[in-house]
Order: sequence, then structure tokens, then C-alpha cells
Amino acid sequence: MKLDARIPAGPLAEKWTRFKANVRLVSPANKRKYEVIVVGTGLAGASAAASLAELGYQVKSFCFQDSPRRAHSIAAQGGINAAKNYQNDGDSVRRLFQDTIKGGDFRSREANVHRLAEVSVNIIDQCVAQGVPFAREYGGMLANRSFGGAQVSRTFYARGATGQQLLLGAYQALSRQIGLGKVTMMPRHEMLDLVVEEGQAKGIVTRHLVTGELKTHAADAVLLCTGGYGNAYYLSTYARGSNVTATWRAHRRGALFSNPCFTQIHPTCIPVTGEYQSKLTLMSESLRNDGRCWVPKAKGEQRAAVAIPEGERDYFLERLYPSYGNLAPRDIASRAAKRVCDEGRGVGPTGLGVYLDFSEAIGRLGESTVRERYANLFAMYHEITGESAYESPMRIFPAVHYTMGGLWVDYHLMSNVPGLFVLGEANFSDHGANRLGASALMQGLADGYFVLPYTIGDYLSQQKPRGEKADGPAFQEAMGATQARTKKLLGVNGRKPVSEFHRKLGKTLWDTCGMSRTKKGLEEGLAILGGLREEFWKDVKVPGSGADLNQSLEKAGRVADFLELGELMCRDALEREESCGCHFREEHQTSDGECARKDAEHSYVSAWEFKGEGKPEVRHTEPLSFEELALATRSYK
Amino acid sequence: MKLHLRIWRQASRQSEGSFVTYEADGLTPNMSFLEMLDVVNDRLTKEGQEPIAFEHDCREGICGSCAMAINGEPHGPNAGATTCQVYLRSFRDGQTLTVEPWRAKAFPVIKDLVADRSAFDRIIQSGGFVSVGTGQAPDANAIPIGKGIAEKAFDAAHCIGCGACVAACRNSSAMLFVAAKVSHLGLLPQGQTERKQRVQKMVVAMDAEGFGNCSNQYACEAVCPKEISVEMIARMNRDYAGAVVDQI
Repeated sequence: MKLDARIPAGPLAEKWTRFKANVRLVSPANKRKYEVIVVGTGLAGASAAASLAELGYQVKSFCFQDSPRRAHSIAAQGGINAAKNYQNDGDSVRRLFQDTIKGGDFRSREANVHRLAEVSVNIIDQCVAQGVPFAREYGGMLANRSFGGAQVSRTFYARGATGQQLLLGAYQALSRQIGLGKVTMMPRHEMLDLVVEEGQAKGIVTRHLVTGELKTHAADAVLLCTGGYGNAYYLSTYARGSNVTATWRAHRRGALFSNPCFTQIHPTCIPVTGEYQSKLTLMSESLRNDGRCWVPKAKGEQRAAVAIPEGERDYFLERLYPSYGNLAPRDIASRAAKRVCDEGRGVGPTGLGVYLDFSEAIGRLGESTVRERYANLFAMYHEITGESAYESPMRIFPAVHYTMGGLWVDYHLMSNVPGLFVLGEANFSDHGANRLGASALMQGLADGYFVLPYTIGDYLSQQKPRGEKADGPAFQEAMGATQARTKKLLGVNGRKPVSEFHRKLGKTLWDTCGMSRTKKGLEEGLAILGGLREEFWKDVKVPGSGADLNQSLEKAGRVADFLELGELMCRDALEREESCGCHFREEHQTSDGECARKDAEHSYVSAWEFKGEGKPEVRHTEPLSFEELALATRSYK
Repeated sequence: MKLHLRIWRQASRQSEGSFVTYEADGLTPNMSFLEMLDVVNDRLTKEGQEPIAFEHDCREGICGSCAMAINGEPHGPNAGATTCQVYLRSFRDGQTLTVEPWRAKAFPVIKDLVADRSAFDRIIQSGGFVSVGTGQAPDANAIPIGKGIAEKAFDAAHCIGCGACVAACRNSSAMLFVAAKVSHLGLLPQGQTERKQRVQKMVVAMDAEGFGNCSNQYACEAVCPKEISVEMIARMNRDYAGAVVDQI
């Protein structure tokens, strides 16, 4: 299969401008004849649904939560990047583009990333106009902070709740369109299948989570804005409901899945305390503006952190990466933390933890300034651990936080299935093998506000409006398949609750396809997962019926999909015989333990094709060419 | 650690509910309250019973999904925290906990601890926004906003829409929720153009949903997980009165 990314011709910096000037349009009078389905109401979904409705399209928006405002973008803490250069510190679109390509370890598309950097400035303008209360300086101008992988301050923030404020801005824009009758909002609906009619995406099948009703919906285009799949690991910073079902079902209908093994492990999360644990809580990367990571120099140190003298501490990030220090990118900081813990120098009851220490900042700035910057994060830390980070350092450890992989899309954000568009974390497009901090919010909103509204017209202008009648064999077939699957889940009637399978899947992925990967480990992981999937379909217990609110049934469907995805993640990791960004294959490392990329063989995007139940997936590749930036070894030293 | 639970079970919107007693054993103080419910639910599943339905998602206090009263207190005993942020160290070994959904006419119970809070969405849809389309914005620094105003607007905008304010109020009033949005947008220059229509539309929508009125008991402020102040209600009342007087 030849993958055509449809990147416009011309110099990199002019591609997006040229594209916009030449793109085919749908006239204002015709827009209302087209139906667009938007699945998911996070930053990408809410901003796309609102913007498309403003343009005049008929929009149907779906989310599984009780309200569109609860999508997990709400939990993003630290900030959003934009190349505004308000700090006069030398930032530019070019520099944001370079940082993002380098941060992703040269495994993303230049053209997409450049466009992202270009529209980043519009996002901040739009959000401010909506009333997003970003942090300000005393003179009334917008404030910035620094994030990992950058040497400028380009991150805009609203205390430690930037995602919440941006999402509420998009939610309010969406609410306005719902109030005007331009968007039909369907909360508590979960997408369970994609309808492909004559090779084009023309609808979805949903389950109403309260009544259990299965229903088909037709449209001229389907947008999946359904987030990432990090919950495959069970323990993660994701919301409990975050799942892969929408994208996985689309994958089974023909959409290619790209780079599934690229998963971000965030360095600063609160460590695991027990078997019963249901989630891991992030401590924002913004804390590394003022917090310093360290472990004791000696193994088996028993003293409390504050009792360990300065000279006996190893500020390992500052030592290993002096030019970026504590703001080294996430994959690098996570691996460094793992390494010092593997050496036996980890802290806390499990030995899987490092300190994040604010005493120097409190001494330099005063406690009140530190409080002003991070109060809600310190309060969250206190609620979970019962400890005060003003008095002794936080204990942190890496945790699964984001997935760079996702459905393959071209420059138009369209998958290989015509009419199926994929936005935000759900696609693979902009972050390569590692995402920089404060870039997820940027990408979600860029896709929804400023990219998709332009590119969708190019597709729809070539389509005859289908009409919203959800009938025909493709719809019947998808409906039948969904009914059968629901019945099958309820009918296994085994002994084990869904959570037992999910935990085992998560542990297997963490051990074999986590921060460090080997051929042997991945092969073992694949063997375990194959058995686990079989066991699931023989022994899972889903009580209740399909005809009302049944949270066990919801979870069972999602975990069944995660089990299939887990195997693909391992296979992708196995076949990528190099180390890059988050993907660290122990067989491929430099003498000082850094990633050894193999550009000649692996400078590509993997794109997996589903070949049918029980058949191995087939890997296609989209070669990456770097015309503007020379492929270089990433260094933060 | 051990807890005695009395949990509200209700099969559907139409059916009658009642409290059912469960024993939770083998707990540890570092477990979260919702993790304790997970453990109980896995046990019920293994025993072939239907687990307790409850809403939760982010489990870090920001999505606003989790909504239940523990011993009569919305979100449990901790100030400035949601239910998912309550850990078992807040309770005594052997304590009895009564757990129930939000109780308000405008929030009908759907199942067990799950209530329908879509009334809040409809209030926002009536006017809780700035009418600015994508692409219409001027440069972000074109309108300076004082640090103090920005901070105050954030305090109001931090509302997570959980509905604890309604659940705590003897009148089931949604005034704190509505006032938080009215204040957030009314404090900022971007929100001035529609300030008067906004407050009127939102108050009408609030009343239409069947929420009660405010009688200044401040229970809402006491339980708000984001500690939003009742000053917001005073601001909304001023805005509303001003808008009505302007029309005369």
C-alpha cells in the first residue's frame, strides 16, 4: 500500500499558506447540506465541532461522559506552547518547529509540525478572546513559563489548570452552537463501530450508556477526536474512562494504525503505593521550572531527605544534561530516573522514586511566590500522600501519560479511509517518538480550530450530500456486528471481573513495552498477551444486562480492544530495531546509554493494516524525509 | 482497616431506591475512597451481583464526574476536595459510612449513585460564553488585563460543574454554579459586550430547570471542591439587578 501524505509542494514555510489559497471550498449555502459526526469533546473534538458549526455544517457531537465538559483534556495542568515571542527571548515559528522535530527525535513529518508551529499563535489569540483567564504580569500582559526541551519561555498557562481553562473555552464555544441549534449534542453515547459505505466513512454505531440502545448515525464525514490509548497500561495519568475503542474499531474497518509503540512515560508522577491503585497522578512538568530532581549518592540511604547533606545528593538531571538541566525532555528525564533507581538509589518505601525538591526555590523566591505558582499541585500532592512539599521534597516516579501513536493521517488529517478524519491525540501526526511538554494542548486546538475546518472542505466539496438516513447494507452489517459483540461479552459468564484482565495487560505492557524494551522481553510479552486474550473471552464476568446503565459492560468492551492493541504495540516495538525518543531498545544504545537511532533503516512512520480476525497485521511504512532540518543526534547535554 | 458501608441502590430512574449494607475489609489508609468502591465492586462481580454504579473519570479532582455524599456531606469530609480525592485515612477503622447520590429535583437519579446533571449544560448553552467565532480574535496582548482581575476571573472559572453546591443547599439552588460563570466572564473585558444579556438568560435557564433560590446559608461555599466564594453570588445579583433596571 502506498501512503500518500498529500503534502503540498513549495518551500516548507509556505506550504500551509499555499494550501489554504488553493484548497477547494464548499460555498456557504451548501455547507448546511453536509452532516459531520464528531466523536469526542476534548480540545480537538469540541473546538472542531464548534468551528464547523460556525461555518454552517450540520454537526452531531458525541461523548461517552455525561457532559462534554468532562473530556480528559480538562486535566492537563502545565500549559500550552505558542511561538508568540512575547518574552523577547528569541522565539519564532521556526524555533518552535525545530524544537518539536528534535523533541520527537526526528520521527515526525516536517510539514505537519511546521503548520502546527504556525497556527500556535492563533490559538492563544482565540482562547484569550473566549475569556480564558491565562496568567498575567502586573502590567496586564500575558505571562509565560518554560517547559522541557526548549530554551525559551513560550508556555502560556492558567495556574496548574491550563487544560481545564482551554477546554472550558472550547466547551463554551460548543455550547453556544448547541444553544443555537447548530450542533446536536449526544452525551453518554459511546461509539462502538465505524460504518464504511463503498469505501468511505459514512457513519457510526453508538450505544446509549443509560438506555443501552444501539443506534446507527449517518454523515458525510466522521471525525475521531477520541484521545490516546495509554490506559492499555492500566495504571496511567489518563482518566479511567479514556479508551481506544473508537480508533480501534475504525482500525478494524481499515484505518491504518501508526507507531503504536510510541507511548510517553512522564517523569514526574506520584509513585505507586499498592495493588489496589487505580490511577497515577501527574505532577506537572511546570514544577521542573523550580524543582530540582535528585537521589542520594549512596545506595540504600535510610535518612530522611532533609537530613541528607547537599554534598551527598546527586542532582542527576543537572549532572547528565547541564544545558537543559531539570528541563530535559520527558523521555530523557524518565529514563534517567529509572536508571538511578535501577542502581539502587531510588527513594521511598518501594525504592521506585526520586526527589523533586523545592527548597532552593523557596529560599530564592520565598514560599509565597512558590505557593502562587503551584499551590493547586502542592495541594493535590498533599491530598494523595499526606505530605507537605513545602517542608520536604516530593517523591515522584515516571508514569504513562500520553501516546504519540494513533491512526495514520495525511496532511489533511484524513486517514486512509476517505471521509474519516482523526484529530488530536487520536492521530499520530505531530510528535514523533516523544512529545514535548505543553504541546498536546497546542496540537488538539490547532487541529480543531485551525486545520480541520480548512481541510474538510476539500473533501466534502467532492461529495454529494448523503442525507442523514442511516440505512443500507453497510449500516445493517455494522449494527449486526455490534449487537453480536455486546451479546458475546454478556454471554461469557466466566469468573473474573474485567479489572483482573486489565491489570495483567497493564503490567505486561509496562514490563515489556515500557521505558526500556528488548527483543526477548517483547516476545515474552506477546506470548502472555495472546494467552490473556483467549482467557478473557473464556473467563470474563460481566454482570447485568445490555439494556440499561452497565459500567461493567462498558469496561469489558474497552479492555477487549486494549488487549488486541497491546499485541500490536509489542509487535511495532519489536520491528522497530532502533532506539528513538520514548522507544528505547536496550540492544540499540550508545556507550553512555542514550538512544541509538538507525536513520538509514528506520526513518519512517509505521502504519499497520488489520487483515481480519486472527490474522497477523501487515506493516506498511511512510518514509520520512527531512528537507529543512538535517537529521542530527539529539543532544540535551 | 474495615468500613461498614450503607450505599444507595436504585435500579433506574423510575424505580424506588434504598440503602444496602456492605462490609469492606482489608483496606489500607492510603487507598482512595473510590478505590475502596472498586474493591467492593470486584467482590460483588465475583459473587454474581451487579456492582454499584457511580461516576468517576479523571480521579484527580478536575473533571467533576464523581458526585456523592458521604455521611451527608457532598464529596465527603475534606475541605476543597472532590470525592475522588478523599483517602481512607480521613476515616476511622470500623466507621459506618452512608453514601448517596446528589439529592435535588433538577438532578434526577439515573442509577445507584449516578444522577443526571445535564441541567448545568443547558444553563451554559443559554448564555455562558463569549460569542466569538474561530478566527475572529485580535492579538492576545491587545487587551491588557490586570493581574488581580485575571486571578479573580480564574477563581470563578475554576468551577468543575460537579453540582456539590446544589446538593448541599437546602433549596437545591444552583446560584453558586451560575454565579461562577457569570462572574468569570463578567470580570473580563472580553465578556462585557454580552454581560447584561448573559446574566438574564442564565438566570431564566436556571429557574426553568427547577433549581431553588438562594437564602444565604453558604453551604455551597463550604462544600465547593474549588472553594469558590459566595461573593460570586453577590456579584451575579448586582449584575442581574442592573440588567433588569436598565431595561425599564
